[in-house]
Amino acid sequence: MTHGIDVSLFDSRRESEPPETLNTCLKVRDLNLYYGEQKALAGISLDIPEKKVTAFIGPSGCGKSTLLRCFNRMNDLIDNVSIDGSILLGETDIYDRNLNVADLRRRVGMVFQKPNPFPKTIYENVAYGLRIQGIKNRELLDEVVEKALKDSALWDEVKDRLHDNALGLSGGQQQRLVIARAIAIEPEVILLDEPASALDPISTLKIEELIYELKSDYTIVIVTHNMQQAARVSDFTTFLYMGELIEFGPTERLFTNPRKKQTEDYITGRYG
Amino acid sequence: MRQHISKRYDQELEDIRNKVLTMGGLVERQVSEAIRSIIDVDLEAAEAVVLNDVKVNALEVAIDEECTHILARRQPAATDLRLVIAVIKTITDLERIGDEAKRIARQRIDMDGQSVKQKQFTEFEHFGQHVLEMLGEALDAFARLDVKLALAVAHEDKKVDREYDSIMRQQMTYLMESPRMIPVSLDIMWAARALERVGDRCRNICEYVIYQVKGKDIRHISLDRVEQDLDS
Repeated sequence: MTHGIDVSLFDSRRESEPPETLNTCLKVRDLNLYYGEQKALAGISLDIPEKKVTAFIGPSGCGKSTLLRCFNRMNDLIDNVSIDGSILLGETDIYDRNLNVADLRRRVGMVFQKPNPFPKTIYENVAYGLRIQGIKNRELLDEVVEKALKDSALWDEVKDRLHDNALGLSGGQQQRLVIARAIAIEPEVILLDEPASALDPISTLKIEELIYELKSDYTIVIVTHNMQQAARVSDFTTFLYMGELIEFGPTERLFTNPRKKQTEDYITGRYG
Repeated sequence: MRQHISKRYDQELEDIRNKVLTMGGLVERQVSEAIRSIIDVDLEAAEAVVLNDVKVNALEVAIDEECTHILARRQPAATDLRLVIAVIKTITDLERIGDEAKRIARQRIDMDGQSVKQKQFTEFEHFGQHVLEMLGEALDAFARLDVKLALAVAHEDKKVDREYDSIMRQQMTYLMESPRMIPVSLDIMWAARALERVGDRCRNICEYVIYQVKGKDIRHISLDRVEQDLDS
């Protein structure tokens, strides 16, 4: 007996896709990338949703870091790279000839596998981005540094030693400092390339918690070898294999019921 | 399905699957012995069923524990995760089927010494065979990951429900015929009720098979809609 109540209203299974409509932050279309003759990315098309965490997973050499580095043109630094296709950040064509790459990198911040603080004080590390923009106002700098350190969950641990050398921090603290440095200039996107793979489990969990906190303000794209980490932190997961995008979807679905056999084999740890 | 890079993981998953089938076989025998004890008026068989229930319970506990270990150590994903979840749910239903078998055997023990007319058992025997077939097929569907068979068994549950209604009506007529029939008829009605519950649990097991294979949770959805969903 349903007594005239539409049971489907209470049944989460009716909604196979998220009900909210998501804005696209990064729109990738038919992207090919070559290292010399070798094709590293083949025909990638992908919409990365705004203010969500999107994880890239796949075996070594599948192209996930290469794809991540396309979003702030880090690949420009490598000789012999050629790219065709397009990537739009909002309305901006990232590969437009006239684009100022420094401006792009202000909008798209990046954090690497190994924490790389500058050999300066904690304060100067976070203030660095603003200083090179020419900001000298001490009050404003103080404010931004404090907010960035709070947002990166580091403030309580360092507030009494802001003028100590950053290299004296632990690995996990250094990584959060680098994230603070990235968010101090208020980018739209944060790219994380294996941000926790050099950290101990507790520091790793702190970074993951931080990623969860940050997604209300930033679009986050994370490359990780740790599949459980992708499952824990991301809203969407992209599986790449040999330079191709095999599957993209909501993380819950991808980890419980992937549509492609290659994805299934990879996430369950079967022979690739 | 390809093998895992970790062979031990393959063995662990294979092991819980095998244990479920062992448990299924044991439960099947319990139900069939319980039914037989009623029809053949076999008190010893009924007592054996009551005693053997501890074996069913022990298997449930052991499999549950293995599943917990796999979850903790392997963090299974996708098809492996669905297998472990399906196993955890399946053994709960198998254990309950075991309880129903014990309940039927208890009815036999209750009936002991009372005069019984053999014709009171005819429909019950037929009903018992039907439910046993359903149980066997549900276990086959689990063993072979056979979605088609699982759906067929789920459909069968409706017929079992109708047969149950008809047994109830039939026993009612015996009750009205003669008050002396009341004790035995009540026992048969309780036993039939237990069998009807076994049918429901077979349907549950089939739902887990479909979840395991297709990743679709079909509980509390009409079978017609399930078939549409599975085709799409």
